[in-house]
Amino acid sequence: MNVQLVVLFTYFVLALFIGFEVISKVPTILHTPLMSGSNAIHGVILVGALLLAASAQAPTEVVLGFVAVVLATTNVVGGFVVTDRMLAMFKGPRSGEEARREE
Amino acid sequence: MTIMTSLVYLLAAILFILGLKFLSSPRSARRGNWIAAVGMILAVGWTVVMLRGSFTLAGIIICLMGIVIGGVIGVIGARLLKMTAVPQMVALFNGAGGGAAALVAMAELLKLTDRHLAFHIGFPSVFAVAIGGISFAGSLIAFAKLQALIPGTPITYPGQQVVNGLLGLVILALAFFLLAMTSPAVGIIGLLALALVLGVTFVLPIGGADTPVVISLLNALTGLAVAASGFALNNFALIMAGTLVGASGTLLTRLMSNALGRSLGKILFGAFGQVRASTGAGAGVDTRPVRSGSADDIGTMLAYARSVIIVPGYGLAVAQGQHALRELADVLGKRGVEVSYAIHPVAGRMPGHMNVLLAEANVPYEQLKEMDEINSQFKQADVALVVGANDVVNPAARNSPGSPIYGMPILNVDQARTAVFLKRSTRPGFAGVENDLLYDPRTIILFGDARESLTRLAIVVKAA
Repeated sequence: MNVQLVVLFTYFVLALFIGFEVISKVPTILHTPLMSGSNAIHGVILVGALLLAASAQAPTEVVLGFVAVVLATTNVVGGFVVTDRMLAMFKGPRSGEEARREE
Repeated sequence: MTIMTSLVYLLAAILFILGLKFLSSPRSARRGNWIAAVGMILAVGWTVVMLRGSFTLAGIIICLMGIVIGGVIGVIGARLLKMTAVPQMVALFNGAGGGAAALVAMAELLKLTDRHLAFHIGFPSVFAVAIGGISFAGSLIAFAKLQALIPGTPITYPGQQVVNGLLGLVILALAFFLLAMTSPAVGIIGLLALALVLGVTFVLPIGGADTPVVISLLNALTGLAVAASGFALNNFALIMAGTLVGASGTLLTRLMSNALGRSLGKILFGAFGQVRASTGAGAGVDTRPVRSGSADDIGTMLAYARSVIIVPGYGLAVAQGQHALRELADVLGKRGVEVSYAIHPVAGRMPGHMNVLLAEANVPYEQLKEMDEINSQFKQADVALVVGANDVVNPAARNSPGSPIYGMPILNVDQARTAVFLKRSTRPGFAGVENDLLYDPRTIILFGDARESLTRLAIVVKAA
């Protein structure tokens, strides 16, 4: 049995528990922002896309790598920006107005 | 992986966990999002530094172009979007992530074609291609439904479950073949194609009102697909972040379907569509009389009420009436009328969506009351003003066990002295279920566009 594989699997299992635990007490009003925020976090696939694209040489690799980087970046950037916009509105009346003026 | 890389990825993982933690409390939510973003910049930035020696020319070009193009799409999409369109935008971004995960894993598999795959690379890669593909196509369909590009009602045909089941089996068989035998390129591409088809057929029969729950589920699936590609690439950051999202997304999906009062199984496997088909014959041809009122009558009634509970729904958001509603509430408040907002957990298109929309219109936070808090107060309310909501106040959820929405917790609008509905027509709501409350003698309907009606009401109240 490959030791490194077991180590990776350990991370996986521990992350499962942390993922359940960390949001267990979220109020309903935050469901949408939380979904959007966690949506941005799985954009970490950009790391994988870069690993693939960086050393691309064959045409297939170039195309796949390029599309993967575009999609993953869209996921990361769009995810974080839209979550921030949503949460900017969750403040007192005055700061809400400031947030609108910024736009 | 060098020690430095491991440490940076560990730091990024810690920031992701803290970010999620902070995101689940209203005070720290915005900071939580930023913390997670910093984690992302660290992980991605260090990856580029780490790769600096191995970039090919083509690699540099596609990485730069890809990041610029994706970044521009992301920023423009997220900034220009109307707040009413948040759910479909999340679906779109989620689909992008799922697609990326599928492509990364597919590229990994294509390097190993026509060989016997080592299980620890093959299994996660095949999994990521299948799940990522389903998530990509499913998210696009969810987007199309919410954006009204295709009908939001369940799209069903005879034998649908069987077709989906068979598709799932074919995918499993193909995955098994790829893992146990050899892995020709055509098989790998075929796997992605089948996953895309299943993503489409899986989401098509799901009703529009349930789509947000499905988006949350697809979000969790994308997380798992990312984690799987992490196994294939032997990358700790992907495993950690992907699994976090997979786990928290699954829990969030359950919380959401609980808020809708229905089990996830019912939402996913078409129980909704079937019940609808059996009761659907009578829907849409209801000709019972309703009581409609003029803005003058209703405005005067509001002005002389002691307490008014406002029930906002998605129709308000569609009519862009949040600001008009706040103005009406303001003039009522000035007259000494006690005003509060009853927020159903799934008001709008997603849990918490209505809070975002009202916050955008500067409605004071203290006036927003959650369902459990306000439901006992409807008995004392003179008027319940329902603006563009329907299913969440439908007593059928309490009274008729045969109804598709039976069991969903609702706001007790039927207990208020008078219920006023601002509606364009008596057409059923998103769930496609007839609302008996509209025909109740204590109900008055003000027909018309919600924003115009609210503006007219505010004028009447001011003059009263």
